[in-house]
Amino acid sequence: MQGNTACAEGALAAGCRFFGGYPITPSTEVAEHMAAKLPRVGGVFIQMEDEIAGIASVIGASWTGARAMTATSGPGFSLMMENIGFAVMTETPCVLVNIQRGGPSTGQPTMSAQADMLQCRFGSHGDYSIIALSPASVQEMFELTVDAFNLADRFRVPVFLMADEIIGHMRERIEIPDSVPREERKILPKGTPPFRADEGMIPGFPQFGKGYGVHVTGLTHDERGYPCATSPSLHEDLVKRLVAKVESARHEIADYRVTNPEAEVVFITYGSPARTVEQVLHDHPDERIGHLRFRVVWPFPEKALDKFPDAKVFLVPEQNLGQIAREIERHTCIPVVPLPRFGGALHTPAELEKAVEAWR
Amino acid sequence: MRHEVRFSGFGGQGIILSAVILGRAAVMYDGNYAVQTQVYGPEARGGASMSAVIIDDEPILYPKVTDPDIFVIMSQEGYEKYGVHAKENAMMVLDSSLVHSRPACRYIEIPATREAKQTLGRDIVANIIMLGALVKVTRVVREEAIEKAILDSVPKGTESLNLKAMKLGFELAEKGKIQ
Repeated sequence: MQGNTACAEGALAAGCRFFGGYPITPSTEVAEHMAAKLPRVGGVFIQMEDEIAGIASVIGASWTGARAMTATSGPGFSLMMENIGFAVMTETPCVLVNIQRGGPSTGQPTMSAQADMLQCRFGSHGDYSIIALSPASVQEMFELTVDAFNLADRFRVPVFLMADEIIGHMRERIEIPDSVPREERKILPKGTPPFRADEGMIPGFPQFGKGYGVHVTGLTHDERGYPCATSPSLHEDLVKRLVAKVESARHEIADYRVTNPEAEVVFITYGSPARTVEQVLHDHPDERIGHLRFRVVWPFPEKALDKFPDAKVFLVPEQNLGQIAREIERHTCIPVVPLPRFGGALHTPAELEKAVEAWR
Repeated sequence: MRHEVRFSGFGGQGIILSAVILGRAAVMYDGNYAVQTQVYGPEARGGASMSAVIIDDEPILYPKVTDPDIFVIMSQEGYEKYGVHAKENAMMVLDSSLVHSRPACRYIEIPATREAKQTLGRDIVANIIMLGALVKVTRVVREEAIEKAILDSVPKGTESLNLKAMKLGFELAEKGKIQ
């Protein structure tokens, strides 16, 4: 099965019943598959006039209670930024798939990249936090899409599946389980103001059509949902909560794989470069070479770095100029070496072997 | 044992579909692992098209083809772009009706496009003739496996045409000489 198809299958298995978007290479197969399958399970597929409307329709669908998603790539992702902020501010659960291609601008439509990793974290204006997952196989395109829906409903945030063209377009063996875990939205108790958050910092969700009257606005709002955009303390409390509800749970959300924890030279990867590192470790079994692979990139799980207490260097192969390497640098005192490879090609095993030799 | 198979031709010949069918045969009907990838430009139709399959009996880590041991070449441009550097012990299946060059490695000439037109009346199935020939020459998947995978993948109503093409590929490979 193709990675993009596996993503759509994961969404369907997770109960996604709305897709709104605009097709763009290399993500189009996600939309195609959803267009073919959603009507058969009572869902809705809408091809909107552009990506701005695509994400807007997803936000609307989510407020009716539906699990809703869109899929895009770089140029469409840029168009979505404003409404991503709206989804953050209105605490709307939704899933955005970005099958990353070469940028800036229209760049390389058919080639792989991982250069939107900072955009997904910081691309909309204002302070906020989101969750981003990064699959490294067709199997994970399925699994992490399911996780994305559960995390979105649990934390009431946009969750990003930040795949790359290689994983999106490649076909490989996949095993689809009979059922997948499902975490339901916490329901707002009747009579509670809709944006009142408890200690968990996440308000319950009003049920559409069950008699709740809710005002949903991108303006700074009080717990009733009404605009109140001039109170410094209200704004500060709201924004701090929006960030803290995700960041304070980052070690719980964390999802990573550790290989050879006693290693001195440690690769850190997410997405398709992980496959090259796995090949290197397979061809040259050596406990002195470690591998930390993130399946969740944001919120950044910095404690994962402590799993390698003997590490002398972190080598970070990415299909960009060093976006996550920069984040790793903030959390460690040992050298962090970005290994950029972009233009569409994937790091070869020989290139990464050479990088290890340089640190021996 | 890892095999890396590279298909090349021009957009519209079914170069990507050929790779998908081969990967499907390996995974679904031979119980092996396979990864299929592709390179294509926005100009796809008419331009050089390339796709690849890795087949292995253990899980495949690095997903890209680095040094193919099997080539299926269906256009001169495809040969020049993706076939000309084939390593010496590689095996190349050439559509001799469209490719004029000959490689330094072992190869077999299969006039697939001509035969598809003359014998079957439809040049669209040339890629299936090539797939049949590939399987006969290299045994990279079983004949029963490729047959089932072809039937899974082709449009309804074209099954018998495609099976004829596959069998014609088997025959041409048996008659052909490995050079």
